[in-house]
Amino acid sequence: MEILIVFLPLLAAIISGFFGNKLGNRFSEILTSLFVSISAIFSIYIFYNVMINDYNSNIIISSWISSGTLEVNWSIKIDPLSSVMLVVVTFISSLVHIYSIGYMHHDPHKSRFMSYLSLFTFSMLILVTSDNFLQLFFGWEGVGVCSYFLIGFWFKKQSANNAAIKAFLVNRVGDFGLALGIFLIFYYFGTINYIEVFNLIPTLVSEKINFLGFNLVAIDLICILLFIGAMGKSAQIFLHTWLPDAMEGPTPVSALIHAATMVTAGVFLVVRCSPIYELSPLGLEIVTLIGMSTAFFAATVALVQNDIKKIIAYSTCSQLGYMFFAAGVGAYNVAMFHLFTHAFFKALLFLGAGSVIHSFQNEQDITNMGGVWRKLPFTYLMMIIGTLALTGFPFLSGFYSKDAIIEFAYLEKGSLSNYAAAIGVITAIFTSIYSWRLIFLTFHGSFNNNKLNIKDLHESPLIMLIPLFLLSVGALFSGMFFKEIFIGTESSQLFWKDSIMFLEPLSKDHPPLWFLLLTPSFVIISIPFSYYLFLKKKLIIEQIVKINYPLYVFLKKKWYFDELYDFIFVKSFKNLGNFFWRKIDNLIIDRFGPDGISNIIKKFSLYAVKFQSGFIYQYAFIMLLGFSILLTFLIIK
Amino acid sequence: MFPILSSLIILPLIGSLFLIFIRSSEKNTSLKYVALFITFANFFLSLYLWKIFDPSISTFQFVENRIWIEGFINYKVGIDGISILFVILTTFITPLCIISVNSTITYRLKEFLIAILIMETLMIGVFCSLDLVIFYLFFEGGLIPMFLIIGIWGGNRRVYSAFKFFLFTLVGSVLMLVAIIAIYWISGTTDVEKLYELGIQEEYQKLLWLAFFSSFAVKTPMWPVHTWLPDAHVEAPTAGSVLLAAILLKMAGYGFIRFSVGLFPLASIYFVPLVYSLSLIAIIYTSLVALMQEDMKKLIAYSSVAHMGFVTLGIFTFTQQGIEGSIFQMISHGLISAALFLSVGVVYDRLKTRQIKDFSGLVNIMPKYAIVMMIFTLGALGLPGTSGFIGEFLVLMGTFKKSIITAAIASIGVILGAAYMLWLYKRVVFGSLLKTIDVKKMVDINKYETAILSSLAILIIVFGFYPEPLIKTYATSIDNFINTLNIPTELSLTEKIK
Repeated sequence: MEILIVFLPLLAAIISGFFGNKLGNRFSEILTSLFVSISAIFSIYIFYNVMINDYNSNIIISSWISSGTLEVNWSIKIDPLSSVMLVVVTFISSLVHIYSIGYMHHDPHKSRFMSYLSLFTFSMLILVTSDNFLQLFFGWEGVGVCSYFLIGFWFKKQSANNAAIKAFLVNRVGDFGLALGIFLIFYYFGTINYIEVFNLIPTLVSEKINFLGFNLVAIDLICILLFIGAMGKSAQIFLHTWLPDAMEGPTPVSALIHAATMVTAGVFLVVRCSPIYELSPLGLEIVTLIGMSTAFFAATVALVQNDIKKIIAYSTCSQLGYMFFAAGVGAYNVAMFHLFTHAFFKALLFLGAGSVIHSFQNEQDITNMGGVWRKLPFTYLMMIIGTLALTGFPFLSGFYSKDAIIEFAYLEKGSLSNYAAAIGVITAIFTSIYSWRLIFLTFHGSFNNNKLNIKDLHESPLIMLIPLFLLSVGALFSGMFFKEIFIGTESSQLFWKDSIMFLEPLSKDHPPLWFLLLTPSFVIISIPFSYYLFLKKKLIIEQIVKINYPLYVFLKKKWYFDELYDFIFVKSFKNLGNFFWRKIDNLIIDRFGPDGISNIIKKFSLYAVKFQSGFIYQYAFIMLLGFSILLTFLIIK
Repeated sequence: MFPILSSLIILPLIGSLFLIFIRSSEKNTSLKYVALFITFANFFLSLYLWKIFDPSISTFQFVENRIWIEGFINYKVGIDGISILFVILTTFITPLCIISVNSTITYRLKEFLIAILIMETLMIGVFCSLDLVIFYLFFEGGLIPMFLIIGIWGGNRRVYSAFKFFLFTLVGSVLMLVAIIAIYWISGTTDVEKLYELGIQEEYQKLLWLAFFSSFAVKTPMWPVHTWLPDAHVEAPTAGSVLLAAILLKMAGYGFIRFSVGLFPLASIYFVPLVYSLSLIAIIYTSLVALMQEDMKKLIAYSSVAHMGFVTLGIFTFTQQGIEGSIFQMISHGLISAALFLSVGVVYDRLKTRQIKDFSGLVNIMPKYAIVMMIFTLGALGLPGTSGFIGEFLVLMGTFKKSIITAAIASIGVILGAAYMLWLYKRVVFGSLLKTIDVKKMVDINKYETAILSSLAILIIVFGFYPEPLIKTYATSIDNFINTLNIPTELSLTEKIK
């Protein structure tokens, strides 16, 4: 059954990819959706089995690479951690497949699109079910390349192509860290199997390593390198620049890859490696620091963006930050819980946004929307549910997971985690403001679109709305329903068992009541507040922008990361490449190398030619000269 | 015993003799069929060789030893796990070249095919020879047909390129000849197996190593003697580029393992810092240069230099992963670079230009081409699941054991590799179709091209998922090779690198 879960999507991808043209688009759509759905049903069954019957397995499919002591297998490992990921990946993926049938209705390359989606699902499953670091790396780059295909799906758009390349390259930078981390693990342990590595890791505690002149604790270095990989994939600050650009791809892709599954792979990696991270206080601190910086940074940028998808993209970035700092303060299970609930409501938001974009005929700027909630009642309702869940409105899914993160950060001793808790609260307020801004500008106020007539707008087809509905159920109830299993003090231990390692059990205290009420009350207050700000008294906002104009531009330009990177890396690499080629290769090596030699030979031969003038008396003269020199030499000797 | 290796070597030569007596006609189909028949026969013969080859034996197999000049030169051939794969690579790539000749070679087809067949003989000879002198003959003999292929059937600047190619390689090879003579004076034999047993005194090793190195470094090519390669590739006809990239470069990598490391282990260790630095320069420097190329063939040529940088890096780690990775990388690069040059050849045949700016949006009219080209691009950038990944990964893993910083710098090359390959693909294949492109000429790949390119694509993917058949073939040989190197303890090596 595990094999079917993983390989059905691959089979679907191959069939619809290679034979899609012959079999027809309709066939590919049904085939891929069906196979992924079957895989989803099986996954849920496995998850249930893991939950109730403590099911556990590790299937070795075949050997992959064996070289010296290195032995790597293709494997499917089922444990609580991977079973959660299985459900998230296949469930969201099957809904996105079905949704895409409606969304991509007008596209001529539907079967190619469906094939990519299934291929992505396969790579993601390979990633999460791996029992070793190399197969993880395979899935890691596999999802990267699928993301590259899907972002650049509309290949005629230059911006989409550039975004696709950017996504791949920034991820490669992260992968560079991950690969070095794997090398380092192999260097110390001679193996890259999770279980073997995790068993051996305590032997490494006092080991030091010299890296670039720094004397580091080996485990710290491993953690940092692995985390660089996680940062790339999960779009954490410094390596986040690809995610907003990735919104060039079709919206179902954003929902599946850039919200619910692929970007959470980094969180998964950190949680998977909890036995390593638990032994590295420095590593955990860095995870916390980067996580909370990203959460804050992305939320500030989201406040001022106008592109509906970019707002949600930055929101994703910010929520991933939450997950990381949850892991950083040692609450790995809470991080997984947020990953789980986030997958539902963020996919819901993206697909909802897709429905809006679909109705507006590919308009993405929210300042060109407004006043359409009566025309799109169902989408409106879905977006409201998604927003409520995201902002952590009481008793919806985000409330349980996000507030738990903030609470655990608060309970964890140490100044950094307290600081993180404060950042968590502030970011939650920002989250709520930008989310409601999106809702109010999109659905309320006056209709601002010049190109379309409001009468032409209509609700999306049923095939797009059904997935939305199913996701909304998840967004509403997944928090309440799974809270005990994922993060309950006793019950969570029973569920996770040894797939997550805690060096010391998580604190069982409760934060004071005022702190518990703090975030939810801010979140609730911010709804009327944003309504007032963005709909009733727009002047206030304009005033604020006017007064803080530099700050506004700074946020609008996304803290200038893109410009900075373009200047530091892209331009200078190109210049360097040109310099090496034109100056060193052509001007120095060739000029003094082969061309130089040939010139010298040419000159010599020109001299030699002069001797061969063809006049006998000259030859006779030289002969005579030579003869006399020889004679003189002999006589003197 | 049936002399299977000699048959492999001699068969293409006999084929070329046949060709001489076939009269060139208008269509020249018979010429091509004869050449194809011969090369395919050779390919199947080499597959048979692989089948009866015993990978669990670490010594040389199928050894044939005949006296050529009494007491001086023996014609001695034999293979072990290291060389057999190169033989098969050669016999596999050559028929593909001949199929690809279809539209590229417009005049003197007969002579061209003869050159290619002679080339095959010499290349197989290089990988089989177990005597330094005949190795030298095969190794340098390969220069001549290649020189002719570039010089006669090349592009506009063919004479300059052929000349540059010849000059560079000759300078290196003269030094190697001197070194071979010196070895004969020192040890009294040029038999490789005997030399392995005898060893060479430490005092001579460094000089001899340098002499061999100068020859192999030019052929690899390593920085700074790489500048002949881009020119040679640009001017060479497609089949020439393919042979050059897929096999000629591998002769140097093979030479490094068999002779530089095998015969002079102490000097090899001594010169590790040199090799590492040059390899790193090759990887980073040429990747950056490749990024800025405007000619597709030049871009791929520079990327070849970078990929061969990984090979030299891996060999001089003296670790199981490093050397195995290097060999894998060579085989994989043989497939991928051949595929890339053939792909460039496909569009060159149609539009007679290789400038990147003259192309855009080919996916709109050549969807099949876009698919195979994508697979080759991903293979070249080392995506897991393609053969390109396994070689690079093993090399880096081996390097990491010896020098962390070297591995870290080399890994940056992997990022740059993705940059130039994806950028190339984007500019050529994606986007909307350029108005200047004649749609009628740019038809999708025909059945011959599909056959060649898809067979390469399938191999690249299969070996990415299932590299075992290759690794198993050479694992024992390499294990034994490393153990017999008499390298002093690991520690002293690591100290030296630091």
